[in-house]
Amino acid sequence: MSTLLFDVPGPRARRRHQILSVVTVVVVTAFLGLVVWRFASTGQFDYELWEVFVTPAYIEIILEGLYYTLLAAVMAIAGALMFGMLFGIGKLSDHAWVRWPCWAIVEFFRAVPLFILITYLWALYRFQIELLAPLVIGLILYNGSVLAETFRAGINAVPKGQVEAAYALGMRKSAVMRIVQLPQAIKIMTPAIISQCIVALKDTSLGYIIVAPGLTYAGRQIWREFDNHLQVALVLGAIYIILNLCLEQLGRFAQRRLTESRTVQGDAGADDATLAVR
Amino acid sequence: MDFSFLQDSWELLLKGFWVTLRVFFASGLIALVLGTFVAVARVSPVPAMRAVGTAYVTLFRNTPLLLLLFITYYGLPAMGIDFGFFWNVSLAAGLYTAAFVCEALRSGINGVPLGQAEAARAVGMPFSMTMTQVILPQAFRLVVPPMASVFIALAKNTSLVAALGLADIAFRLQGLMRDYPSSRTAVFLTIAAMYIIIVAAISLVASWAERRWKVESR
Repeated sequence: MSTLLFDVPGPRARRRHQILSVVTVVVVTAFLGLVVWRFASTGQFDYELWEVFVTPAYIEIILEGLYYTLLAAVMAIAGALMFGMLFGIGKLSDHAWVRWPCWAIVEFFRAVPLFILITYLWALYRFQIELLAPLVIGLILYNGSVLAETFRAGINAVPKGQVEAAYALGMRKSAVMRIVQLPQAIKIMTPAIISQCIVALKDTSLGYIIVAPGLTYAGRQIWREFDNHLQVALVLGAIYIILNLCLEQLGRFAQRRLTESRTVQGDAGADDATLAVR
Repeated sequence: MDFSFLQDSWELLLKGFWVTLRVFFASGLIALVLGTFVAVARVSPVPAMRAVGTAYVTLFRNTPLLLLLFITYYGLPAMGIDFGFFWNVSLAAGLYTAAFVCEALRSGINGVPLGQAEAARAVGMPFSMTMTQVILPQAFRLVVPPMASVFIALAKNTSLVAALGLADIAFRLQGLMRDYPSSRTAVFLTIAAMYIIIVAAISLVASWAERRWKVESR
Protein backbone atom coordinates (compact mmCIF):
# COMPACT_ATOMS: atom_id res chain seq x y z
CA MET A 1 0.00 0.00 0.00
CA SER A 2 2.75 2.38 0.98
CA THR A 3 4.44 1.97 -2.41
CA LEU A 4 1.80 4.34 -3.76
CA LEU A 5 3.43 7.17 -1.84
CA PHE A 6 5.91 7.57 -4.68
CA ASP A 7 5.93 7.23 -8.46
CA VAL A 8 7.39 4.42 -10.49
CA PRO A 9 10.98 5.70 -10.54
CA GLY A 10 12.37 7.14 -13.75
CA PRO A 11 16.01 6.83 -14.82
CA ARG A 12 17.24 9.63 -12.57
CA ALA A 13 15.26 8.49 -9.53
CA ARG A 14 16.44 4.96 -10.08
CA ARG A 15 20.04 6.11 -10.04
CA ARG A 16 19.36 8.10 -6.88
CA HIS A 17 17.75 5.07 -5.25
CA GLN A 18 20.72 2.95 -6.19
CA ILE A 19 23.06 5.49 -4.58
CA LEU A 20 20.85 5.60 -1.47
CA SER A 21 20.80 1.80 -1.35
CA VAL A 22 24.59 1.73 -1.43
CA VAL A 23 24.75 4.44 1.24
CA THR A 24 22.32 2.49 3.46
CA VAL A 25 24.28 -0.72 3.06
CA VAL A 26 27.54 1.08 3.79
CA VAL A 27 26.13 2.81 6.88
CA VAL A 28 24.62 -0.40 8.27
CA THR A 29 27.77 -2.37 7.54
CA ALA A 30 29.88 0.34 9.17
CA PHE A 31 27.64 0.27 12.25
CA LEU A 32 27.76 -3.51 12.52
CA GLY A 33 31.51 -3.35 11.91
CA LEU A 34 31.82 -0.87 14.76
CA VAL A 35 29.90 -3.23 17.03
CA VAL A 36 32.07 -6.18 16.02
CA TRP A 37 35.20 -4.07 16.51
CA ARG A 38 34.05 -3.00 20.01
CA PHE A 39 33.27 -6.65 20.78
CA ALA A 40 36.69 -7.75 19.59
CA SER A 41 38.72 -4.98 21.21
CA THR A 42 37.05 -5.47 24.61
CA GLY A 43 37.39 -9.23 24.42
CA GLN A 44 33.66 -10.00 24.19
CA PHE A 45 34.36 -12.68 21.59
CA ASP A 46 36.62 -14.62 23.98
CA TYR A 47 35.90 -18.28 23.78
CA GLU A 48 35.42 -18.75 27.53
CA LEU A 49 32.53 -16.26 27.50
CA TRP A 50 30.69 -18.22 24.81
CA GLU A 51 31.85 -21.72 25.74
CA VAL A 52 28.87 -22.29 28.07
CA PHE A 53 26.49 -22.30 25.13
CA VAL A 54 28.16 -25.40 23.66
CA THR A 55 28.61 -27.16 27.00
CA PRO A 56 25.97 -29.90 27.34
CA ALA A 57 25.40 -29.33 31.07
CA TYR A 58 24.56 -25.68 30.47
CA ILE A 59 22.54 -26.33 27.35
CA GLU A 60 20.46 -28.52 29.62
CA ILE A 61 19.96 -25.60 32.03
CA ILE A 62 18.83 -23.39 29.12
CA LEU A 63 16.49 -26.09 27.80
CA GLU A 64 15.00 -26.51 31.24
CA GLY A 65 14.49 -22.75 31.38
CA LEU A 66 12.88 -22.88 27.95
CA TYR A 67 10.52 -25.59 29.19
CA TYR A 68 9.38 -23.50 32.16
CA THR A 69 9.07 -20.37 30.02
CA LEU A 70 6.86 -22.20 27.52
CA LEU A 71 4.88 -23.79 30.35
CA ALA A 72 4.27 -20.38 31.94
CA ALA A 73 3.37 -18.88 28.56
CA VAL A 74 0.88 -21.62 27.69
CA MET A 75 -0.80 -21.48 31.10
CA ALA A 76 -0.88 -17.67 30.99
CA ILE A 77 -2.32 -17.52 27.48
CA ALA A 78 -4.97 -20.16 28.17
CA GLY A 79 -5.93 -18.42 31.43
CA ALA A 80 -5.90 -14.98 29.83
CA LEU A 81 -8.20 -16.13 27.03
CA MET A 82 -10.72 -17.44 29.56
CA PHE A 83 -10.37 -14.36 31.77
CA GLY A 84 -10.69 -12.08 28.75
CA MET A 85 -13.76 -13.84 27.40
CA LEU A 86 -15.45 -13.82 30.80
CA PHE A 87 -14.78 -10.16 31.57
CA GLY A 88 -15.24 -9.00 27.99
CA ILE A 89 -18.74 -10.44 28.03
CA GLY A 90 -19.19 -9.16 31.58
CA LYS A 91 -18.47 -5.62 30.46
CA LEU A 92 -21.26 -5.94 27.89
CA SER A 93 -23.74 -7.26 30.42
CA ASP A 94 -27.16 -5.66 30.72
CA HIS A 95 -26.93 -5.74 34.50
CA ALA A 96 -25.07 -2.81 36.05
CA TRP A 97 -23.97 -4.92 39.03
CA VAL A 98 -22.10 -7.22 36.64
CA ARG A 99 -20.90 -4.52 34.27
CA TRP A 100 -19.36 -2.21 36.86
CA PRO A 101 -17.13 -4.65 38.76
CA CYS A 102 -15.97 -6.11 35.43
CA TRP A 103 -15.14 -2.64 34.17
CA ALA A 104 -13.22 -1.74 37.35
CA ILE A 105 -11.20 -4.97 37.39
CA VAL A 106 -10.27 -4.72 33.71
CA GLU A 107 -9.27 -1.06 33.93
CA PHE A 108 -7.24 -1.59 37.11
CA PHE A 109 -5.17 -4.49 35.84
CA ARG A 110 -4.61 -2.79 32.50
CA ALA A 111 -3.14 0.27 34.18
CA VAL A 112 -0.89 -1.43 36.74
CA PRO A 113 2.62 -2.42 35.57
CA LEU A 114 3.16 -6.16 35.51
CA PHE A 115 6.38 -5.69 37.44
CA ILE A 116 4.70 -4.45 40.62
CA LEU A 117 1.74 -6.80 40.18
CA ILE A 118 4.01 -9.85 40.10
CA THR A 119 6.18 -8.56 42.95
CA TYR A 120 3.08 -8.02 45.08
CA LEU A 121 1.56 -11.42 44.32
CA TRP A 122 4.88 -13.01 45.13
CA ALA A 123 5.18 -11.18 48.46
CA LEU A 124 1.60 -12.08 49.31
CA TYR A 125 2.02 -15.81 48.86
CA ARG A 126 5.69 -16.15 49.54
CA PHE A 127 6.84 -19.73 50.15
CA GLN A 128 3.28 -21.00 50.09
CA ILE A 129 2.83 -21.77 46.43
CA GLU A 130 5.00 -22.73 43.50
CA LEU A 131 7.27 -19.94 42.24
CA LEU A 132 5.76 -20.00 38.78
CA ALA A 133 2.32 -19.12 40.21
CA PRO A 134 2.75 -15.37 40.86
CA LEU A 135 4.16 -14.96 37.35
CA VAL A 136 1.35 -16.91 35.72
CA ILE A 137 -1.39 -15.25 37.77
CA GLY A 138 0.04 -11.81 37.04
CA LEU A 139 0.24 -12.57 33.33
CA ILE A 140 -3.35 -13.86 33.32
CA LEU A 141 -4.67 -10.75 35.09
CA TYR A 142 -2.82 -8.32 32.82
CA ASN A 143 -3.20 -10.04 29.45
CA GLY A 144 -6.70 -11.17 30.30
CA SER A 145 -7.72 -7.57 30.92
CA VAL A 146 -6.28 -6.47 27.60
CA LEU A 147 -8.02 -9.39 25.88
CA ALA A 148 -11.29 -8.47 27.58
CA GLU A 149 -11.20 -5.19 25.69
CA THR A 150 -10.30 -7.04 22.50
CA PHE A 151 -13.22 -9.43 22.92
CA ARG A 152 -15.59 -6.61 23.67
CA ALA A 153 -14.51 -4.77 20.52
CA GLY A 154 -14.78 -7.98 18.51
CA ILE A 155 -18.26 -8.75 19.79
CA ASN A 156 -19.35 -5.20 19.01
CA ALA A 157 -17.89 -5.54 15.50
CA VAL A 158 -20.24 -8.39 14.60
CA PRO A 159 -22.92 -6.86 12.35
CA LYS A 160 -26.07 -5.98 14.28
CA GLY A 161 -28.35 -7.68 11.77
CA GLN A 162 -26.92 -11.05 12.74
CA VAL A 163 -27.89 -10.57 16.36
CA GLU A 164 -31.35 -9.40 15.36
CA ALA A 165 -31.74 -12.38 13.04
CA ALA A 166 -30.70 -14.73 15.84
CA TYR A 167 -33.29 -13.19 18.19
CA ALA A 168 -35.86 -13.44 15.41
CA LEU A 169 -35.18 -17.17 15.21
CA GLY A 170 -36.09 -17.37 18.87
CA MET A 171 -32.62 -17.76 20.38
CA ARG A 172 -32.08 -16.59 23.92
CA LYS A 173 -29.43 -14.05 24.85
CA SER A 174 -26.86 -16.59 26.00
CA ALA A 175 -27.36 -18.62 22.82
CA VAL A 176 -26.91 -15.53 20.64
CA MET A 177 -23.62 -14.81 22.39
CA ARG A 178 -22.43 -18.42 22.29
CA ILE A 179 -23.52 -19.41 18.78
CA VAL A 180 -23.55 -16.16 16.81
CA GLN A 181 -21.43 -13.41 18.34
CA LEU A 182 -18.50 -15.13 20.04
CA PRO A 183 -17.38 -17.43 17.19
CA GLN A 184 -17.29 -14.53 14.75
CA ALA A 185 -15.65 -12.20 17.23
CA ILE A 186 -12.85 -14.72 17.75
CA LYS A 187 -12.25 -14.91 14.00
CA ILE A 188 -12.15 -11.14 13.65
CA MET A 189 -9.86 -10.84 16.64
CA THR A 190 -7.36 -13.57 15.79
CA PRO A 191 -4.55 -11.14 14.82
CA ALA A 192 -5.03 -9.09 18.00
CA ILE A 193 -5.12 -12.26 20.09
CA ILE A 194 -1.91 -13.54 18.50
CA SER A 195 -0.05 -10.29 19.15
CA GLN A 196 -1.25 -10.45 22.76
CA CYS A 197 0.14 -13.99 22.96
CA ILE A 198 3.50 -12.63 21.83
CA VAL A 199 3.30 -9.97 24.56
CA ALA A 200 2.56 -12.68 27.14
CA LEU A 201 5.44 -14.82 25.91
CA LYS A 202 7.86 -11.89 26.11
CA ASP A 203 6.63 -10.97 29.58
CA THR A 204 7.45 -14.43 30.93
CA SER A 205 10.97 -12.97 31.14
CA LEU A 206 9.71 -11.05 34.20
CA GLY A 207 9.99 -14.29 36.16
CA TYR A 208 13.54 -13.03 36.68
CA ILE A 209 12.33 -10.60 39.36
CA ILE A 210 10.83 -13.26 41.59
CA VAL A 211 13.43 -15.91 40.71
CA ALA A 212 10.80 -18.08 39.04
CA PRO A 213 12.19 -20.84 36.81
CA GLY A 214 12.45 -19.88 33.14
CA LEU A 215 14.88 -18.61 30.52
CA THR A 216 15.92 -15.49 32.41
CA TYR A 217 16.48 -17.52 35.57
CA ALA A 218 18.68 -19.90 33.57
CA GLY A 219 20.53 -16.84 32.30
CA ARG A 220 21.08 -15.61 35.84
CA GLN A 221 22.58 -18.98 36.81
CA ILE A 222 24.96 -18.84 33.85
CA TRP A 223 26.20 -15.29 34.23
CA ARG A 224 26.65 -15.71 37.97
CA GLU A 225 29.27 -18.29 37.11
CA PHE A 226 30.87 -16.87 33.97
CA ASP A 227 30.24 -13.13 34.30
CA ASN A 228 29.02 -12.88 30.69
CA HIS A 229 25.84 -10.80 30.89
CA LEU A 230 26.08 -9.54 27.31
CA GLN A 231 26.52 -12.96 25.76
CA VAL A 232 23.72 -14.50 27.81
CA ALA A 233 21.33 -11.64 26.97
CA LEU A 234 22.12 -11.96 23.25
CA VAL A 235 21.55 -15.73 23.21
CA LEU A 236 18.32 -15.52 25.24
CA GLY A 237 17.13 -12.64 23.06
CA ALA A 238 17.69 -14.77 19.97
CA ILE A 239 15.69 -17.63 21.54
CA TYR A 240 12.80 -15.27 22.32
CA ILE A 241 12.85 -13.80 18.80
CA ILE A 242 12.72 -17.27 17.24
CA LEU A 243 9.86 -18.32 19.54
CA ASN A 244 7.89 -15.17 18.73
CA LEU A 245 8.40 -15.52 14.98
CA CYS A 246 7.16 -19.12 15.19
CA LEU A 247 4.12 -17.93 17.14
CA GLU A 248 3.48 -15.24 14.55
CA GLN A 249 3.70 -17.79 11.73
CA LEU A 250 1.32 -20.07 13.61
CA GLY A 251 -1.07 -17.14 14.02
CA ARG A 252 -0.91 -16.32 10.33
CA PHE A 253 -1.68 -19.96 9.51
CA ALA A 254 -4.63 -19.99 11.92
CA GLN A 255 -5.89 -16.72 10.51
CA ARG A 256 -5.79 -18.11 6.96
CA ARG A 257 -7.57 -21.28 7.98
CA LEU A 258 -10.26 -19.39 9.84
CA THR A 259 -10.92 -16.83 7.13
CA GLU A 260 -10.83 -19.32 4.28
CA SER A 261 -13.76 -21.19 5.73
CA ARG A 262 -15.84 -18.05 5.85
CA THR A 263 -18.22 -16.75 3.24
CA VAL A 264 -17.18 -13.83 1.05
CA GLN A 265 -18.93 -11.03 2.90
CA GLY A 266 -17.07 -11.40 6.19
CA ASP A 267 -13.57 -11.24 4.74
CA ALA A 268 -13.22 -7.49 4.52
CA GLY A 269 -13.48 -7.05 8.26
CA ALA A 270 -10.85 -9.69 8.93
CA ASP A 271 -8.45 -8.02 6.51
CA ASP A 272 -8.92 -4.68 8.19
CA ALA A 273 -8.08 -6.21 11.52
CA THR A 274 -4.90 -7.70 10.04
CA LEU A 275 -3.84 -4.30 8.71
CA ALA A 276 -4.43 -2.60 12.02
CA VAL A 277 -2.14 -4.91 13.92
CA ARG A 278 0.58 -5.77 11.48
CA MET B 1 -6.18 -1.12 55.26
CA ASP B 2 -3.28 0.65 56.93
CA PHE B 3 -1.81 3.60 55.07
CA SER B 4 0.31 4.86 57.99
CA PHE B 5 3.52 3.96 56.14
CA LEU B 6 2.91 7.08 54.04
CA GLN B 7 3.86 9.26 57.01
CA ASP B 8 7.47 8.09 56.91
CA SER B 9 7.90 7.37 53.26
CA TRP B 10 5.94 9.87 51.20
CA GLU B 11 9.15 11.72 50.42
CA LEU B 12 10.78 8.51 49.19
CA LEU B 13 7.78 7.79 46.99
CA LEU B 14 7.72 11.28 45.51
CA LYS B 15 11.42 11.01 44.68
CA GLY B 16 10.73 7.68 43.02
CA PHE B 17 7.84 9.24 41.11
CA TRP B 18 10.20 11.90 39.77
CA VAL B 19 12.72 9.24 38.67
CA THR B 20 9.94 7.33 36.87
CA LEU B 21 8.88 10.53 35.08
CA ARG B 22 12.46 11.29 34.03
CA VAL B 23 12.99 7.79 32.62
CA PHE B 24 9.63 8.09 30.85
CA PHE B 25 10.48 11.40 29.18
CA ALA B 26 14.04 10.40 28.27
CA SER B 27 13.08 7.08 26.72
CA GLY B 28 9.94 8.59 25.17
CA LEU B 29 12.04 11.18 23.36
CA ILE B 30 14.44 8.53 22.05
CA ALA B 31 11.50 6.37 20.95
CA LEU B 32 9.70 9.22 19.18
CA VAL B 33 12.72 10.44 17.19
CA LEU B 34 14.10 7.01 16.33
CA GLY B 35 10.63 5.55 15.66
CA THR B 36 9.84 8.31 13.15
CA PHE B 37 13.05 7.63 11.24
CA VAL B 38 12.36 3.89 11.19
CA ALA B 39 8.78 4.50 9.99
CA VAL B 40 9.98 6.71 7.13
CA ALA B 41 12.60 4.10 6.24
CA ARG B 42 9.88 1.43 6.15
CA VAL B 43 7.78 3.32 3.58
CA SER B 44 10.66 4.79 1.58
CA PRO B 45 11.21 3.97 -2.12
CA VAL B 46 14.67 2.50 -1.43
CA PRO B 47 14.43 -1.28 -0.87
CA ALA B 48 17.57 -1.41 1.29
CA MET B 49 16.13 1.18 3.70
CA ARG B 50 12.83 -0.70 3.87
CA ALA B 51 14.74 -3.87 4.75
CA VAL B 52 16.64 -2.10 7.52
CA GLY B 53 13.41 -0.70 8.96
CA THR B 54 11.69 -4.09 8.87
CA ALA B 55 14.70 -5.76 10.48
CA TYR B 56 14.73 -3.15 13.26
CA VAL B 57 11.06 -3.65 14.06
CA THR B 58 11.29 -7.46 13.95
CA LEU B 59 14.34 -7.54 16.21
CA PHE B 60 13.24 -5.04 18.83
CA ARG B 61 9.57 -5.91 18.97
CA ASN B 62 10.24 -9.57 19.62
CA THR B 63 12.94 -9.17 22.27
CA PRO B 64 11.77 -8.87 25.89
CA LEU B 65 12.55 -5.42 27.27
CA LEU B 66 14.28 -6.97 30.25
CA LEU B 67 16.90 -8.55 27.97
CA LEU B 68 17.45 -5.23 26.18
CA LEU B 69 17.99 -3.67 29.59
CA PHE B 70 20.62 -6.29 30.37
CA ILE B 71 22.32 -5.55 27.06
CA THR B 72 22.46 -1.78 27.55
CA TYR B 73 23.13 -1.87 31.29
CA TYR B 74 25.70 -4.66 31.49
CA GLY B 75 26.63 -5.09 27.83
CA LEU B 76 27.45 -1.57 26.69
CA PRO B 77 29.92 -0.86 29.52
CA ALA B 78 31.49 -4.27 28.87
CA MET B 79 32.01 -3.11 25.29
CA GLY B 80 33.62 0.08 26.52
CA ILE B 81 30.59 2.29 25.82
CA ASP B 82 28.95 3.91 28.82
CA PHE B 83 26.34 6.68 28.86
CA GLY B 84 25.92 6.56 32.63
CA PHE B 85 23.39 4.62 34.70
CA PHE B 86 20.35 6.73 33.84
CA TRP B 87 20.85 6.83 30.08
CA ASN B 88 21.95 3.21 29.85
CA VAL B 89 18.58 2.03 31.16
CA SER B 90 16.54 4.72 29.38
CA LEU B 91 18.17 3.75 26.10
CA ALA B 92 16.80 0.20 26.31
CA ALA B 93 13.23 1.41 26.87
CA GLY B 94 13.67 3.95 24.06
CA LEU B 95 15.01 1.44 21.53
CA TYR B 96 12.24 -1.02 22.42
CA THR B 97 9.43 1.52 22.21
CA ALA B 98 10.76 2.98 18.92
CA ALA B 99 9.66 -0.22 17.18
CA PHE B 100 6.10 0.30 18.42
CA VAL B 101 6.15 4.02 17.59
CA CYS B 102 7.21 3.07 14.06
CA GLU B 103 4.33 0.62 13.66
CA ALA B 104 1.78 3.10 15.00
CA LEU B 105 3.08 5.80 12.69
CA ARG B 106 3.08 3.47 9.71
CA SER B 107 -0.58 2.69 10.27
CA GLY B 108 -1.15 6.46 10.31
CA ILE B 109 0.76 6.92 7.07
CA ASN B 110 -1.43 4.23 5.52
CA GLY B 111 -4.44 6.11 6.85
CA VAL B 112 -3.70 9.32 4.99
CA PRO B 113 -5.87 9.28 1.86
CA LEU B 114 -3.94 8.22 -1.23
CA GLY B 115 -5.13 11.24 -3.17
CA GLN B 116 -2.97 13.42 -0.91
CA ALA B 117 0.26 11.72 -1.94
CA GLU B 118 -0.87 11.72 -5.56
CA ALA B 119 -1.70 15.43 -5.41
CA ALA B 120 1.68 16.17 -3.83
CA ARG B 121 3.38 14.27 -6.63
CA ALA B 122 1.24 16.03 -9.21
CA VAL B 123 2.52 19.43 -8.09
CA GLY B 124 6.05 18.06 -8.41
CA MET B 125 7.04 17.30 -4.83
CA PRO B 126 9.78 14.71 -4.36
CA PHE B 127 9.37 11.90 -1.79
CA SER B 128 11.14 13.81 1.00
CA MET B 129 8.86 16.82 0.59
CA THR B 130 5.69 14.72 0.19
CA MET B 131 6.63 13.06 3.44
CA THR B 132 7.57 16.11 5.53
CA GLN B 133 4.98 18.55 4.15
CA VAL B 134 1.94 16.42 3.41
CA ILE B 135 1.96 12.89 4.81
CA LEU B 136 3.73 13.02 8.18
CA PRO B 137 1.88 16.05 9.64
CA GLN B 138 -1.43 14.32 8.95
CA ALA B 139 -0.16 10.91 9.98
CA PHE B 140 0.92 12.26 13.38
CA ARG B 141 -2.55 13.66 13.94
CA LEU B 142 -4.23 10.44 12.86
CA VAL B 143 -2.20 8.23 15.17
CA VAL B 144 -2.89 10.00 18.45
CA PRO B 145 -4.95 7.11 19.94
CA PRO B 146 -2.55 4.25 19.05
CA MET B 147 0.41 6.44 20.00
CA ALA B 148 -1.21 7.05 23.39
CA SER B 149 -1.38 3.28 23.92
CA VAL B 150 2.31 3.00 23.00
CA PHE B 151 3.25 5.66 25.54
CA ILE B 152 1.02 4.20 28.23
CA ALA B 153 2.81 0.91 27.68
CA LEU B 154 6.13 2.75 27.92
CA ALA B 155 5.14 4.40 31.21
CA LYS B 156 4.36 0.98 32.66
CA ASN B 157 7.46 -0.58 31.12
CA THR B 158 9.72 1.95 32.81
CA SER B 159 9.00 0.02 36.02
CA LEU B 160 11.44 -2.63 34.74
CA VAL B 161 14.41 -0.34 35.35
CA ALA B 162 13.83 -1.09 39.04
CA ALA B 163 15.06 -4.63 38.34
CA LEU B 164 18.47 -3.07 37.65
CA GLY B 165 18.38 -0.91 40.75
CA LEU B 166 17.26 2.50 39.50
CA ALA B 167 15.26 3.92 42.41
CA ASP B 168 11.92 4.61 40.72
CA ILE B 169 8.51 3.99 42.34
CA ALA B 170 8.48 0.30 41.41
CA PHE B 171 11.84 -0.05 43.17
CA ARG B 172 10.26 1.10 46.44
CA LEU B 173 7.61 -1.63 46.39
CA GLN B 174 9.77 -4.46 47.73
CA GLY B 175 11.46 -2.34 50.37
CA LEU B 176 8.23 -0.87 51.69
CA MET B 177 6.48 -4.23 51.69
CA ARG B 178 9.37 -5.60 53.73
CA ASP B 179 9.38 -2.70 56.19
CA TYR B 180 5.60 -2.60 56.65
CA PRO B 181 4.54 -6.24 56.29
CA SER B 182 1.06 -5.63 57.67
CA SER B 183 0.22 -3.01 55.03
CA ARG B 184 1.50 -4.79 51.94
CA THR B 185 -1.75 -4.30 50.07
CA ALA B 186 -1.82 -0.60 50.98
CA VAL B 187 1.72 -0.19 49.65
CA PHE B 188 0.79 -1.98 46.44
CA LEU B 189 -2.35 0.12 45.94
CA THR B 190 -0.46 3.37 46.61
CA ILE B 191 2.22 2.60 44.04
CA ALA B 192 -0.37 1.29 41.58
CA ALA B 193 -2.26 4.58 42.02
CA MET B 194 0.87 6.54 41.11
CA TYR B 195 1.12 4.63 37.84
CA ILE B 196 -2.58 5.11 37.23
CA ILE B 197 -2.03 8.87 37.61
CA ILE B 198 0.59 8.78 34.84
CA VAL B 199 -1.62 6.60 32.62
CA ALA B 200 -4.61 8.89 33.19
CA ALA B 201 -2.50 11.96 32.39
CA ILE B 202 -1.38 10.43 29.08
CA SER B 203 -4.99 9.54 28.23
CA LEU B 204 -6.10 13.10 29.01
CA VAL B 205 -3.39 14.67 26.86
CA ALA B 206 -4.23 12.22 24.08
CA SER B 207 -7.95 12.97 24.10
CA TRP B 208 -7.20 16.70 24.16
CA ALA B 209 -4.77 16.34 21.24
CA GLU B 210 -7.21 14.19 19.34
CA ARG B 211 -9.93 16.82 19.58
CA ARG B 212 -7.52 19.65 18.87
CA TRP B 213 -5.79 18.11 15.85
CA LYS B 214 -8.66 16.22 14.32
CA VAL B 215 -8.15 15.82 10.57
CA GLU B 216 -11.32 17.24 9.06
CA SER B 217 -13.14 16.15 5.91
CA ARG B 218 -11.51 12.80 5.30
